[in-house]
Amino acid sequence: MSHHIVEVKHLHHVYPDGTVALRDVSFTIHHGESVAVIGANGAGKSTLLLHLNGYLSPTSGEIRIGDFPLTRKTLPEIRRTVGMIFQDADDQLFMPTVFDDVAFGPFNLGLSGEEVKLRVKDVLEQVGATHLLGKPPYHLSGGEKKRVAIATVLAMSPDILVMDEPTSGLDPYARRQLLGLLRDFHHTRIFTSHDLDMVLELCERTIILHQGRVKADGPTRRIFGDDALLAECRLEKPFSMQGCPVCGSRK
Amino acid sequence: MHMADALLSPAVGTAMWGAAAATIAYSSMKVKKELDDRRIPLMGVLGAFIFAAQMINFTIPATGSSGHLGGGLLLTILLGPHAAFLTIASVLVVQSLFFADGGVLALGCNMFNLGFFPAFIAYPLIYRKIAGAQATQRRMTGGAIVAAVAGLQLGAFGVVLETVASGISSLPFATFVGLMQPIHLAIGIVEGLVTATVVAFVYKARPEIVAGAMASQPVGTAPLRRILFSFLAAALLTGGVVSWFASENPDGLEWAIARVTGAEEVAAGESPLHHGLADLQEKVAFLPDYSFRQGVATDHGATVSAGETGQDKASRLGTSVAGGVGALLSLAIAFCLGFVLKRRHQVA
Amino acid sequence: MRAIDGAVADLKRLDLLATGDSVMHRLDARAKVLTTLVFIISVVSFGRYEFTALFPFFIYPVVAASLANLPGGYLIKKIAMVIPFAFVVGMLNPLFDRQPMAQLGPLAVSGGWISCASIIVRAVLTVGAAFILVGMTGFLSVCQALERLGTPKPFTVQLLFLYRYIFVLTEEGARASRARELRSCGRKGLGLSSFGSLIGHLLIRTWLRAERIHMAMLARGFTGEFHSGQLTRFGARELFFVLGWSALFVILRLENAASFMGRLLAGLLT
Repeated sequence: MSHHIVEVKHLHHVYPDGTVALRDVSFTIHHGESVAVIGANGAGKSTLLLHLNGYLSPTSGEIRIGDFPLTRKTLPEIRRTVGMIFQDADDQLFMPTVFDDVAFGPFNLGLSGEEVKLRVKDVLEQVGATHLLGKPPYHLSGGEKKRVAIATVLAMSPDILVMDEPTSGLDPYARRQLLGLLRDFHHTRIFTSHDLDMVLELCERTIILHQGRVKADGPTRRIFGDDALLAECRLEKPFSMQGCPVCGSRK
Repeated sequence: MHMADALLSPAVGTAMWGAAAATIAYSSMKVKKELDDRRIPLMGVLGAFIFAAQMINFTIPATGSSGHLGGGLLLTILLGPHAAFLTIASVLVVQSLFFADGGVLALGCNMFNLGFFPAFIAYPLIYRKIAGAQATQRRMTGGAIVAAVAGLQLGAFGVVLETVASGISSLPFATFVGLMQPIHLAIGIVEGLVTATVVAFVYKARPEIVAGAMASQPVGTAPLRRILFSFLAAALLTGGVVSWFASENPDGLEWAIARVTGAEEVAAGESPLHHGLADLQEKVAFLPDYSFRQGVATDHGATVSAGETGQDKASRLGTSVAGGVGALLSLAIAFCLGFVLKRRHQVA
Repeated sequence: MRAIDGAVADLKRLDLLATGDSVMHRLDARAKVLTTLVFIISVVSFGRYEFTALFPFFIYPVVAASLANLPGGYLIKKIAMVIPFAFVVGMLNPLFDRQPMAQLGPLAVSGGWISCASIIVRAVLTVGAAFILVGMTGFLSVCQALERLGTPKPFTVQLLFLYRYIFVLTEEGARASRARELRSCGRKGLGLSSFGSLIGHLLIRTWLRAERIHMAMLARGFTGEFHSGQLTRFGARELFFVLGWSALFVILRLENAASFMGRLLAGLLT
């Protein structure tokens, strides 16, 4: 059995106020895959992501990460394995400096001071943010914050990266930089996004959630080719697959 | 209502520091014991929220002037006394260091006036009693207003006591009380109204926040008695030591120094240091006993009694002029030194 | 909303000063915190009517700010802002204390005016010392120093979290308030009920944010402990710094150096 795998079986989730967020969601993700979970606002994407690292627990159904079912006992190990990158980096960067923030996870893993320093240096290099080491988070730009947030997660050496709207709020240049960074990762990657061009670029597979259900699950290009499906789920084609507004030709 | 260092005596300041430190230690212990680590970011972010909320002004009904939220009672309703005290105290630290809103030495006083009263007196003894376990909107509003008024009245009275005890301001006790209490009655009513409005809004939109906060806080006076006790003990200890210094000798600090240096008789102005400096001055100055020449002239040409007053007057004048000149001189020296240091810095 | 934006900008500016590198910045924060405390206590320990003896104390803020290479104009502006407040507070003294205390030429100066002037100088000195402490140390290091001087960890952690999110929340508050202002069509003031819902919304968003932060902490293995990164050492330099300045403060407290210098000068001139 492959180690890095996410398996979701018949997942239901109902919020305390009675809102049904997920209905019978099932899918399997294999080692090294890069998968997008897309859907309209309120389709249940964020709720789904919050289950993957055990912050929310299923009303019914099962989640397996690697060889373990997600239970109270396996929770710490699963939280290390599944690295979550939040939509708002400010929620994730809560320590006083970039160093402290990236070091937060490794310290909790019980590494020694020297090991932590090495790891911090290493992951900041990976995301190209070494120069930000001593800075407080509130002096960083949006793109810098995002990269440091990714570094804080990488420092836990996760096997699976889960990202909620990674490109939201970034300027085109910072977005481009981020896409380059994400493409080079060899982790299993799961994204949610409304940035469908990013999905097209980074993910070979796409899952569409619609009103809490899995509406479609397949190769990204095929899904974006199905106009009827997209319209039904309140989505549309990525811009790069639409006709050119000036000359009308397709790319 | 934030007190500044300039009006504070060291005895009052350090006594209140001691008391505030004891309350912080006690509250920290309590918060740690609760073992709910969700509280950690919540307290921090709510502190920042109070900070932001204080910058948004509202119009005070029927007056047209504007006011802002204090937030002590609101925090206590949301977090419970211990966590709320720590949060208010942390807000005060940032305000004093970055905005000079309240002094550093005055932090103890301010934490007490603005944190202790709402968190440990007004909330448990008034708000909880009126609002009850199953709070209705009306009971909550009533409780918030009465508790806010009581908290602010106590806080204002604290300011008066601390200021008068420090003795830097010449404002007589009665006048000060007559000034502070009515103003803070008005402020308290508004604070209560605002607190109730915000709590009511949150209660409607997210009832679990208010309900959860209420449920997690035990009602009872036992912890209060303990905290009052530890608080008093700390205040008496620090305040006692410092004011003993002050009462033994008008200048406690001088007295302490004398003890340390081993000088036996230390009336003000007769320290060994003073002798040394006086010697130096005598060597340099032409007429050492008087600061100004005309002082001597008066002395020589007058009768005994007149001479005394004359000398007195002259030496007073001399002292104040010499003091004034010296003050300017020392200022000039300080800034020259600063300038040189800075230049050297830039060259280096 | 200029008030909020201004306050945040001010906070950021003071915060950025602390990222500088100088002799003063490199000192262990505990030394600077302790020295500042001794300084403030020495200054406020003077009697109500002491005025001239306060001036020699300017040497500490001026020297510290210069060594730390802090921008003088900015500091002076920031400190000057407290003078009106100090004056308002001290203004009452001349009303209640009319006993003549000193002669300034033909003018008899009452005790009230002297103590009022004294309050202003005290305010400038103590406030200046606090600003300079933050400017040459930074809030983070001040917190670390407090913790290493025995402040309970829950409180220092609280200080750090508060400070971190002041920047985020004041911006959020400014946005909400700006949005309201733009829709209020020039009507001034914010009524109580709309204030309640504006602040209430902000509060709920804040609460949700706290939940997300908690989530982020758990995701990175938080178990209730905070670990500190690099720490500086309290060495001989620090000891020398604290003792040296404290000794000077004590001397200046015992001996009115201003009056001494004035007499010295007068002596030299005659």
